[in-house]
Amino acid sequence: MNTATIERLAHAAGIGDIAQRVLARQRLSRDDGARLYRADLHAVGALANLVRERMHGDLAYFNVNQHINYTNVCNKLCRFCAFQRLPGQAGAYVMRPEEVAAKIRACKDEPVTEVHMVAGIYPKLPYEYYLDILRAVKAERPAIHVKAFTMIELMQIARRAKKPLAEVLPELRAAGLDSCPGGGAEVFADRVHKLGYDNKNTGDEWLETARTVHQAGLRSNCTMLHGHIETVEERVDHLDRLRRLQDETGGFQTYIPLSFHPANTEWSHLPGPTALDELREIAVARLMLDNIDHVKAYWIMLSIPVAQLALSFGADDVDGTVVEEKIYHEAGATTPQRVLRAELVQWIRDAGRVPVERDTLYNVLWSADESLARAGEAAPVMV
Amino acid sequence: MVNEPRHDTPSGRAPQTWQSPLAGAVRTEPLQTDLARIAVKVEEGQRISPEEALLLHERADLLTLGRLADLVRARLHPSGVVTYIVDRNLNPTNVCIADCGFCAFYRSPGDAEAYVLSRDEIYQKVQELADIGGKQLLMQGGHHPRVLSQWWCELIADLGERFPSINCHALSASELDHFAQYEKRPLPEILRDLIDAGLGSVPGAGAEILVERVRRIIAPKKTPTDRWLDVHRKVHEAGLRSSATMMFGHVETAAERIEHLARLRELQDETGGFTAFACWTCQPDGVPEEHLYPEKATPAVYLRMQALSRIFLDNILNMQTSYVTQGMKMGQVTLRTGCNDFGGTMLEENVVSAAGCFHLESVQTIERMISAAGFTPRQRNSWYGICDERHLAAGGAEQPLNRREAATHRAAPADTRRLREVRGGMEVAR
Repeated sequence: MNTATIERLAHAAGIGDIAQRVLARQRLSRDDGARLYRADLHAVGALANLVRERMHGDLAYFNVNQHINYTNVCNKLCRFCAFQRLPGQAGAYVMRPEEVAAKIRACKDEPVTEVHMVAGIYPKLPYEYYLDILRAVKAERPAIHVKAFTMIELMQIARRAKKPLAEVLPELRAAGLDSCPGGGAEVFADRVHKLGYDNKNTGDEWLETARTVHQAGLRSNCTMLHGHIETVEERVDHLDRLRRLQDETGGFQTYIPLSFHPANTEWSHLPGPTALDELREIAVARLMLDNIDHVKAYWIMLSIPVAQLALSFGADDVDGTVVEEKIYHEAGATTPQRVLRAELVQWIRDAGRVPVERDTLYNVLWSADESLARAGEAAPVMV
Repeated sequence: MVNEPRHDTPSGRAPQTWQSPLAGAVRTEPLQTDLARIAVKVEEGQRISPEEALLLHERADLLTLGRLADLVRARLHPSGVVTYIVDRNLNPTNVCIADCGFCAFYRSPGDAEAYVLSRDEIYQKVQELADIGGKQLLMQGGHHPRVLSQWWCELIADLGERFPSINCHALSASELDHFAQYEKRPLPEILRDLIDAGLGSVPGAGAEILVERVRRIIAPKKTPTDRWLDVHRKVHEAGLRSSATMMFGHVETAAERIEHLARLRELQDETGGFTAFACWTCQPDGVPEEHLYPEKATPAVYLRMQALSRIFLDNILNMQTSYVTQGMKMGQVTLRTGCNDFGGTMLEENVVSAAGCFHLESVQTIERMISAAGFTPRQRNSWYGICDERHLAAGGAEQPLNRREAATHRAAPADTRRLREVRGGMEVAR
């Protein structure tokens, strides 16, 4: 779609002034964000796509990764979660370090470059346990990138270590930690925190932990769990707080909107977001988060059709081929747990994009078009 | 097929031959000018040519196709209503001698799994539909060599007596043609009998791709293109409405997809008898001639074709989504890329589900998807008249109410006021 058409579309949708700011590469205000949540989806999507193509052209990234959820025991009792079990409850498990190693070993013949390792908060696990599972992974597969521990897990690990997180992080790194995932941010607003997950860290604590992670020289991702009880203004507030921390640290690589899946949760009476809500979430994020390079359409959560379309609504990444995902599947996600690499490449291509395999830190590993992204080089991002 | 080379796809079949254009390609200057010119035509409500449709198909980005289709949908359906029908699918027989290699549902005569449902089995299934206030019974069988028009006339008459509020939407063009060929009787005569028995409308199945080269590969024994179209012409002349479909993503080329749409548009110019159009992608997993088929086309390819159909078929009022093959998420998205109808509740589906594709949903879920997309969900009848209690309670009329009110063709002494109003509205909107 050409710029004149996008401007015309935006004008008709009542966001012509926002389009002008986007074209002039100016930062959008919180008020702009709220308006984007309410304006016609075609106009918002076209604007987000303009930014997406300005930054990434036709490139669309994926990686080949493996998920390990080392325990489902958790004492946080978050109302949106279908994964947690109490200690001793039927179905509760904790993987011993050898079991984590066995999971890695099971995929040893596959071209996995990253392990994504997150889990519940089980207060009985000692500090050593976390170091042990990192070591177990690296011992089994030294070249694999370990992206592990959400902010709440890091807070718990520091508590068990009885040391400030800033002192714990170098030890985790020495044991094998390479970067941190973005989950667990939920919605930062205190109102939502009180109603939905008051045992968990607050928004401020999440942001403070992420700041510490970035200051320790680790990259991380960031997320928002949308589509439950939060308001549009609370979503905008969340995005704005991420943007401000990013101004300060530059440590976030990728923003990933996470859809609330209601099945088997305490909030199962809520409907959860629809496909069109998910596309809008991607688009608004791309427009608001002007300082975060990548927006990911996590296909295992969105489904393949929505992930394909999201590549025209602001997303430039679809996550990976995933081995064993538990958290969303306990909440009713019906997407296949893994796709063939060739299949992933095909559906990215069918969405009108150039598939590029990356590692966790966005170095190009393979590219469908070497003239656009060269293997062995960093992902080209035009800011 | 042991020696067939295996491909690096989930099924091992060859990849799709057609490739979506890269989105960024539209930024190149001459192409942008051409696409912009076509976009203006669509925006102004002008008809686009098959050549222009092909250019959109080959070059336009997904957002442009979606936007233009949404524009056409909004112009044709300014009220913001999205319809669906409480219906059920019923396949009285799976016996078929057309032997289409893409069909996993049929059985040959004498096969251990061949069946013809008894009256009691059929009544029980229809009763389930009546119990939930259903409006339409979609009946299609195979081309059974002995279950012919008389059997169907009796069935339809019996059903009409027992379930007067349910319309029989039955017998695709290829089945009707099968009767004419087997019984050596002229089709108008067969249609007259079926109409007398109570047949209310005709489904659009069996169109596949209306191009002979393609049909010779995928359905060599099935009704050829010209006859398929002529059956619909005669159905319309007999005073019945029918729908139109397209199954793509197999052996056809891009130009053949457009040719299919062009043939439908031509006939619709002539008769005005099509109520709706729906397209879906070929579902070849586990079908008899699986080796002939490429890997299933992915959802983005479906969406491109669905949007392009809305743009091109300016004379077919309703565009139906295919949530049964594409899933609920895509179903909802298509409401913003050209579709104004969510199809039916079906209750049962045997044909594409035999090929491993199965998404059925409840009325509540369908309504939620429509509402969440910003539209008003309303139940309809087979002729796209809104029969929803909420609509009637608000003083709305159910129009058209029956096949007579819905008939369009000059040959039929029907009340065509409704369609004239609809067409007048379209012209005014232009």
